[in-house]
Amino acid sequence: MPEGKFCNKKPIDTAEGINELLSDTSGNNYYKEMEKLEIDSDLLWKTIQNTCKSRIRTWLEICAHCGMCAESCFLYQVNGRDPKQVPAYKIQSTLGEIIRKKGKVDNKFMRDTMEVAWAKCTCCNRCGTYCPHGIDTGIMFGYLRGLLYQQGFVPWELKIGAGMHRVYRAQMDVTDEDFVDTFEWMVEEYEDDYPGLTVPVDVEGADIMYTVNAREVKHYPEDLAEAAILFHIAGENWTVPSKGWEQTSLAMFAGDWAACKMQVETVYEAMERLKPVRMVGTECGHAHRATVIEGPYWAGRKNGQPPAESIHYVEWLAEALNTGKLKIDPHKRIKEPVTLQDSCNYIRNHGLKKATRDIMKHIVEPGYFIEMSPNKEHNYCCGGGGGFNGIGLFRKQRNIALITKRDQILATGAKLVLAPCHNCWDAIRDLEEEYEIGIRWSFLKPIVIKMLEIPEHLQPEE
Amino acid sequence: MHDLLTGLFFWIALGVCLIGMIVRFIMYFKGLSWRLDRVAYTSYPAAGFKGAVRSIYKWLIPFGTYGWRTQPFITVAFFGFHIGAVMIPLFLLGHSLFLKEKLGISFFTLNATFADILTWTVVVSAFFLVLRRMVLPEVRIMTTLYDYFILLISIAPFITGLLARYQVGDYSFWLNMHIFCGELLLIAIPFTKLSHVFLFFASRAQLGMDFGIKRGGMKGTKMAW
Repeated sequence: MPEGKFCNKKPIDTAEGINELLSDTSGNNYYKEMEKLEIDSDLLWKTIQNTCKSRIRTWLEICAHCGMCAESCFLYQVNGRDPKQVPAYKIQSTLGEIIRKKGKVDNKFMRDTMEVAWAKCTCCNRCGTYCPHGIDTGIMFGYLRGLLYQQGFVPWELKIGAGMHRVYRAQMDVTDEDFVDTFEWMVEEYEDDYPGLTVPVDVEGADIMYTVNAREVKHYPEDLAEAAILFHIAGENWTVPSKGWEQTSLAMFAGDWAACKMQVETVYEAMERLKPVRMVGTECGHAHRATVIEGPYWAGRKNGQPPAESIHYVEWLAEALNTGKLKIDPHKRIKEPVTLQDSCNYIRNHGLKKATRDIMKHIVEPGYFIEMSPNKEHNYCCGGGGGFNGIGLFRKQRNIALITKRDQILATGAKLVLAPCHNCWDAIRDLEEEYEIGIRWSFLKPIVIKMLEIPEHLQPEE
Repeated sequence: MHDLLTGLFFWIALGVCLIGMIVRFIMYFKGLSWRLDRVAYTSYPAAGFKGAVRSIYKWLIPFGTYGWRTQPFITVAFFGFHIGAVMIPLFLLGHSLFLKEKLGISFFTLNATFADILTWTVVVSAFFLVLRRMVLPEVRIMTTLYDYFILLISIAPFITGLLARYQVGDYSFWLNMHIFCGELLLIAIPFTKLSHVFLFFASRAQLGMDFGIKRGGMKGTKMAW
């Protein structure tokens, strides 16, 4: 059976297609069909010849097999120092092998490669900063995922996720109407507490165009209200686009580059339509990576920048606190040991460590902020990055992966973990569920709101 | 034999090595693509240049990066091997005189004792690099015969050079072997993993540009990637 009913090489482009795949509980039939999926070796090799140029080829060629990347990989450390978890081995035995065999690989090899690409690498890029030759294995795994997606060897949830972006331009079945309605409804809920609170939709020329993670709309709508409250108190001239509001990209995790482009272009179109001074994205790591760091290239923007200056939520928050737009009541600062999760996607891969430290200075009583070790650019992945969190098939491996973060948190002695990233937040929640170490975890928005000094004219009348 | 080795063979080896390196170096940079690599190489030349230089410079210094500092054993073995492997071919007195005669150029020359120490350091470090490959599971799993072959042809000129230096047995035999091994090494550079002697700079420059332009350099991060 070359192409299965559920598992095949065709991307999902319709709502019906998504529903059909969703009806296959846990992807049981999908993975069964995958065992018989044929490989289009000619297409695979042609794609490699067209897209695998000097950077990746040189990386694979000059890798000295020195193993210096081993210790840098948390998955190597946490899986009993299994040599099969050495980053260089992982990529040489998968992508390297596909290239050596000119694409002539079999089904079993491709299924094993799928496991390596999604359960043995979170694309955190830490190893890339430990290789003397500057070989970034995480980038190569991103590339490999694209090849696997093309051949239909992609975890069930991510095939669905990429399909969601194709159909809804969001990672979940949240429509533009759902987004606007939910945002307006949530703001109404808080109107009494914050007089004048609104959500300005599609305002042209605003200072800030705010974009979100569809999960917030579907599962955590308070987050939308909190964003509105913070912009309101800071006195920002802000807006949300009724279309192009979704910043995330499960398509990036899936390796569906065409869907990545479709998704990010809707956000850029919103920028071009509304002409905001800046775009601010929510507290999400991969969303920032997708829309701000990688997105411009998917959309063919040669200067590598989105149409409007785009910053992460922590950059905006740090700026608002540093400039006094938001004022913290010193009595309400955090007065318990607290630690901070550095998201790989915007700390290691976008250098925003100062913004988060600035925020900590404002919101934590001196002496209570405890850094994880290692931290900043050298911090470890939360354990669930790169799509790992969402893949049922690899849940066991993901739970092992959480041990690194668990031990890092335990070593700080803190019971409160601030995690300004959806993926990290999920992973930390899951590690508490799995290992019960007695911690609490939070995004920044709800924490900051509780300690704000609200200007008199914005306070509710008695 | 000696005349052939120091004459025609020398020119062939040097020519193949230099032309090969230049061609591959150019090919590397021609093969970079802003779109495929997702790095706006040409849009931010200053940030790219800074990132590239920092990335190369810091990694050339022993213990200059976090990566080197976290693994002191390999760092010592690595630099013990590479410092001599670069300095001896260029700056040993005998090599200097040879280069002066052949090419009309010469660099400074190393003190003889220091040169001995460096050469022995190369050999001893190579021994530890081999040992490491055999003993550590995380290195052994990736090590192939090809890796040992590369180490062998890299170390052969040093071992034969030492045998000639101490005149073990027939001096002229070891000298010829030394020259032959050296020329073999030169020819191998552009075509094997030894291409890292120049592609190291290319690859590091690329990653430096990647981080310098796109992944934090323009946000003020001063990390050596």
